[in-house]
Amino acid sequence: MAERATPPASMQDYLAAHAHRGQTMLLPALLEAQKRYNHISKEIAAEIGRALNVPLAEVTGVIEFYSMLHDRPTGETHIRICESPVCNLFGAKTVSKTLCRELDTAICEPTIDSKYYVESVECLGLCERAPVMLVDDRPIGQTTPDVVAELVRRPPDPPSGLIRTGTRLLTARLGKISPTSLPDYEETDGLRGLEAALALSPMEVIEQVKAAGLMGRGGAAFPTGIKWEGAAQAEGQPKYLVCNADESEPGTFKDRTLLEEDPFSILEGMLIAAYAIGATQGFLYVRGEYPRAQGILQRAIEVFRSAGLLGANIRGRGFDFDIELRSGAGAYICGEETALFESIEGKRGYPRIKPPFPTQHGLFGKPTVINNVETFANVPLLFRMGVEEYRKLGSEKSSGPRLFCLSGDTFMPGLFEITTPITLRDLIFKEAGGIRNGRKLGAVLLGGAAGKFVPPDQLDVRLTFEDTRAAGLSLGSGVVMVFDETRDLRQVLLDLGHFFAHESCGKCYPCQLGTQRQLEILERLAHGQLLPGDKERLTDVGWTMTDASLCGLGQTAATAVLSVMEHWPHLFEPGQ
Amino acid sequence: MTLTLTIDGREIHAPAGSSLMQAAQLADVDTPVICYHEATTPNGLCRQCVVEVDGWRVLAPACVTPAAEGMEVHTASERVTRARRTLLEMLNASIDLSQAPEIQQQMDDYQADRERFPGAERRAPAMLDDNPFYVRDYDKCLMCWRCVQACADDLQFTYALSTGGRGYNSHVTTFFDAPMPETTCVFCGNCVAVCPTNALISKTEIYLQQGLDYDSIRREKRNQRRAQDKKGGAQ
Amino acid sequence: MIQAESIVRSTCPYCGVGCQVNLHIKDEHIYKVDAPFQVAPNYGRLCAKGRFGVDFVHHPGRLTMPLIRKDFGVTPRQPVGLEGFREATWEEALELAARRITEIHQQHGPAAFGTFASAKVTNEDNYVFQKFVRGVLGSNNVDHCARLCHAASVTALTIAIGSSAMSNSIAEMKDLDVFIVTGSNTTETHPVISTFLREAVVNNQAKLIVVDPRQIEMTEFAEVWLRQQPGTDVAIFQAMAQVIVAEELFNQEFIDARTEGFKDYAAAIMDCTPEWAAEISGVPAEDIRTAARLFANARTGAIYWGMGISQSVHGVENALSLANLALLCGHIGKPGTGLNPLRGQNNVQGCSDSGGLPHVFTAYQPVADDAIRAKFEQDWGTTLNPEPGLTVMEMVDAAASKIIRAYLIMGENPLMSEPDLRHSRHVMEQMEFVLVQDIFLNETSEYADILFPATSFAEKGGTFTNTDRRVQLIRPAVPAPGQAREDWAILCDLAKRVEILLGRPASIGFDYAHPSDIWQEMARLTPAFQGIDHARIQREDGVHWPCPTPDHPGSPYLFEDTFPSGRGVFTALDVRPGAELPDPEYPFILSTGRVLYHWHGGTMTRRSKLDDIYPDPTVEVHPLDADALGLADGQWALVRSRRGQIKVKTIVTERSPQGVVFIPFHFAEAAANELTLDARDPKAKIPDYKMCAVALEPV
Repeated sequence: MAERATPPASMQDYLAAHAHRGQTMLLPALLEAQKRYNHISKEIAAEIGRALNVPLAEVTGVIEFYSMLHDRPTGETHIRICESPVCNLFGAKTVSKTLCRELDTAICEPTIDSKYYVESVECLGLCERAPVMLVDDRPIGQTTPDVVAELVRRPPDPPSGLIRTGTRLLTARLGKISPTSLPDYEETDGLRGLEAALALSPMEVIEQVKAAGLMGRGGAAFPTGIKWEGAAQAEGQPKYLVCNADESEPGTFKDRTLLEEDPFSILEGMLIAAYAIGATQGFLYVRGEYPRAQGILQRAIEVFRSAGLLGANIRGRGFDFDIELRSGAGAYICGEETALFESIEGKRGYPRIKPPFPTQHGLFGKPTVINNVETFANVPLLFRMGVEEYRKLGSEKSSGPRLFCLSGDTFMPGLFEITTPITLRDLIFKEAGGIRNGRKLGAVLLGGAAGKFVPPDQLDVRLTFEDTRAAGLSLGSGVVMVFDETRDLRQVLLDLGHFFAHESCGKCYPCQLGTQRQLEILERLAHGQLLPGDKERLTDVGWTMTDASLCGLGQTAATAVLSVMEHWPHLFEPGQ
Repeated sequence: MTLTLTIDGREIHAPAGSSLMQAAQLADVDTPVICYHEATTPNGLCRQCVVEVDGWRVLAPACVTPAAEGMEVHTASERVTRARRTLLEMLNASIDLSQAPEIQQQMDDYQADRERFPGAERRAPAMLDDNPFYVRDYDKCLMCWRCVQACADDLQFTYALSTGGRGYNSHVTTFFDAPMPETTCVFCGNCVAVCPTNALISKTEIYLQQGLDYDSIRREKRNQRRAQDKKGGAQ
Repeated sequence: MIQAESIVRSTCPYCGVGCQVNLHIKDEHIYKVDAPFQVAPNYGRLCAKGRFGVDFVHHPGRLTMPLIRKDFGVTPRQPVGLEGFREATWEEALELAARRITEIHQQHGPAAFGTFASAKVTNEDNYVFQKFVRGVLGSNNVDHCARLCHAASVTALTIAIGSSAMSNSIAEMKDLDVFIVTGSNTTETHPVISTFLREAVVNNQAKLIVVDPRQIEMTEFAEVWLRQQPGTDVAIFQAMAQVIVAEELFNQEFIDARTEGFKDYAAAIMDCTPEWAAEISGVPAEDIRTAARLFANARTGAIYWGMGISQSVHGVENALSLANLALLCGHIGKPGTGLNPLRGQNNVQGCSDSGGLPHVFTAYQPVADDAIRAKFEQDWGTTLNPEPGLTVMEMVDAAASKIIRAYLIMGENPLMSEPDLRHSRHVMEQMEFVLVQDIFLNETSEYADILFPATSFAEKGGTFTNTDRRVQLIRPAVPAPGQAREDWAILCDLAKRVEILLGRPASIGFDYAHPSDIWQEMARLTPAFQGIDHARIQREDGVHWPCPTPDHPGSPYLFEDTFPSGRGVFTALDVRPGAELPDPEYPFILSTGRVLYHWHGGTMTRRSKLDDIYPDPTVEVHPLDADALGLADGQWALVRSRRGQIKVKTIVTERSPQGVVFIPFHFAEAAANELTLDARDPKAKIPDYKMCAVALEPV
């Protein structure tokens, strides 16, 4: 075999510092190479693979899995234009076309001078400012075709979650404090939850979380206390704690807002959890499309560390815990907890078969608790307020405050904190002021791409786990995506079809094949070219994915489609 | 220890640790499989082995689902049959299954419509012929991962292959698509042995399929050798 | 799709792993090979040779007719191609061969015959071969290429524990705890075994200690890699033993119960510290300590070795130094432990087991033992020679001094495998009669007077015994080409003719209907085989001998309670330098060995698709040496030793250390043994293929 050329020396510094940790550093190393050279060359990939002792074929496999990693040169400036349903409602496709024309390039082609590279991507989590784009690390909202070329050179938007809410508990600090100022944080009740928790034994902490009825906010609504208890009692050391900040569900931006504007509360929640389960190492996995949140969190972690809130013997309580920030690299599936573990381990982000569950066999095969950002944000609040007060918020089976992300044709897109359960109708029409431009409501997508479309006559469901479940709906990640009467749902379904086909990891056949077959039919649907039998095909494909897929992605990839079919069956008749 | 469960109405006593597939065998119920192979770690990819368990929200892949006490399992329910049939139909629209007799049989068994998805985009990659021993005809590849696993921790520990891409564009790849002789491949052919569709097939076999006689096949090898010598490539 | 007309279970004809294969047959050709996943020893795994390399069976160069040299009787003989032979009938060829053998026997007696049994043919073929040589010709000059590979291991293990076979089975490998691999490039020489060893490391957290000068692939899986200077193995292992003694990590209970001579041994090696070994071997002392502790503290510890240990002028000492380690720690006699010389040829174990050695009958029953000899004499109905015969290299010497005048060679290629080929060829030229039976014309059969076309593994039945003593079947899968016949059948025919010409009153028995009849006779005379017959192997896929009775399960591992010699013996060893060290004129150390895609003399693989992936002879040169020599990767180089020179293609690689070059020995056009040294281990008589001095220059 031919000897390979000596790779450029420039990854050597990075690898010298990190290679001893092995494969877990693969994704960080590849992201670093991508950042340095705008792509990962064969030589660099080989250098990284050898240093980390990862088979070279697997290095290629990992590069190809993550859409933010490229094995061919991109451009000095990387422009990601969001083409998710909400941004498309506001002309994202025209924006990207215009930009490509002005830069004299095409999607996913570097400009001749290698200065720019334009890519259309799935939801960037900035839906309250649609249409949006990410220029390198700079999020830019409300782009329009006429100013897009200029926008590319513009400074980033100031951070703003557009918080629209009456009672503010989870969101109390948002926009009010300097996010990485510990004094600001402490002045606004920061660390009080931790103090309260540390006064208890770990088992008591877990009992309190159970008593508070805290349910996971990532979409699956699993009781948090039970999860912690499982990991605390599991055999195996060390135990890991993971914060799932891979928020990628189209229409969701609540976690980003919390991370950017109240990072300490997440770290405080993680500290309490680590104390409860006996974890010594935490990972905070933030999606790659949130560079600003990553920067803020890195600073916040350092501030905590210098204040003795991370590291050895925290608060003199004899417990050690530290948090490592990890970046995703463009893969929706890594929001699935076991896929996220695989990603931290330096592998392709394939979801694992369960059982075994993470509490027994999680990250690196060790007992692991993984919770969503909003869940962790609830933890300090819970301990600060006490179980009794906390339980007064929300409903019987759905305690605590709850965040909703309103986007689309709502009058007031943004983040809403709900502490007393209200109906979907009230949220849209009372809290958020109804529909833009005086139009009528056409449909609501509740719960995100994995959720269901709700017709205007079925909005009187209370936004709690128990009420939505009874109505056959799911709150998912709190997405409320609003479409006015003029919107063509078939176009929205096509966007969703693209999303799932693009984000399917390809592991199990129902999803790998089904998302593609579904997309093909949805294309015919959107273009008015349905074939006889397409409705049955879509139904069979949809139920096969729902019933037989390995993970939540595939199991919900047809949910929205099937809900439209249920409520608007006429859209699926050929000739419509 | 044994477990008692019901499969298609029949009470079964299975050893603890059995998968539902093993338990089904005890009930004389054959489970159709595509990705499963005795020599590779099951990953529950193809979902052709799914069964319905009472009280479960979704279907369970029998190959990797542990049998549990008191389970009521249905292997031929409407949901199961729809999933199996649709999977076969979707698969047949994606790749060339002409050399997968077991899957052809399953299509007959489940009355799959071989033309169910008109206008479906086939994956149809080009055949890769880069070594003296076997070709990689990935138009026939159904991503069972067996070859990747055989090359890695299930049989050979050589790690020349990985899955690449994502979703429908998933495929088996080498490091930067290198031809096999430039990878860590040692041509053990353990990948060929576990391939269910002849996507990996020995050259002798594919030449025979193409109608060459044994003498021509042998000469073909010599031609290649000469071509290689001309390039002057050291091995 | 191609439908097989039949699928025939057989045993791979290449290496000692003995992989079980299924031969897929169509139109009388093997068009595909795969392996049953449930069956030991390979459990479905194969390597490139087994899966893609048996096409040599159908090569047009296969011998199909008995051939007689056109200048029959002319001395000195020259090598000739097929054009130098004429085709003959079996009747003519056999009769002529029998006459010449008889004449030489009558003129010069039994000592005039040097005979080569074969590690490539079946146990049954070899049994008949040695029966003919011992029983009809009255000579014990029967040996085979095991002499050139593991003779040192055999000698050493006989000294240490009284038995030479691999002590433990392949099936135990994946569950190892700690193991040493030394002098074995396992991934290339025993590819399928290497997968089980890697499985132990990767999936079952076993710890591997590699001791090898070359950066072989197994080093990638090693916990510790000791990269010693070639020829300094004894120093390393003796120092490891010193650490184990000095730090009291040895297994006192085992030493007390099962060994002798520990006290003297311990005292004798006290100065052999890791620092002492570091000086000699270049391996850091601390690494030697780490390896010693790892091995000694293991739950179970196993040792695997290959030619790097045995093919040396101090091969016996090398292997003894390993035996010392196993005895010190009690890492023998249990699953997952043992002293395991990895055997090379598919049936090198079986050829030795079947009596293909000068001093023993089947299963190592000494010819010098009166009772044993009496048993064979009674069964065969003849009197037998009590004098052990000559070894391969001694036969060359005896031929050079005209004591041996005729060579009978079955399926071996000594003119590729012996060291210092120029000398071996010269001897061959002077022979009075050379009879060869083989499947191809090769470097040796080019010298034949009469050449019998034999069948390959795919065309006959019988048994091979693999490296872990597992007796397995081969079965006829395709018809023999032309008039080719099974080796045993040729031998029976020849033997009966010689018996008649010699005027023997009665035949000693060469009427077998089937190889299973031969096995029955062999088992009858061999207690260790008595529980095995073809029908049982057919049922069980394979049986590990010793297996004394039909209800005995066979013996995957040995020495649970005792050693054949009683107690294990420690041997303190001296460190001696190699026979030929580099000097300014020949500044490089040459090591020879195998590559994955070829097999020994290349008779089979060079006639297979395997040759396409590795077509040229090569030399591995370290980048710094290559720079100094002005050699580029892919460039042809001339390699010279005091004995010869060859032209090979350069591979610039750090696999071989600086100052050491490696040349595979498969290529007739550049035979590595033109260069090697005819220096032998004094006890085992094995030549040193791993160390001689050479010079290199660009061509």
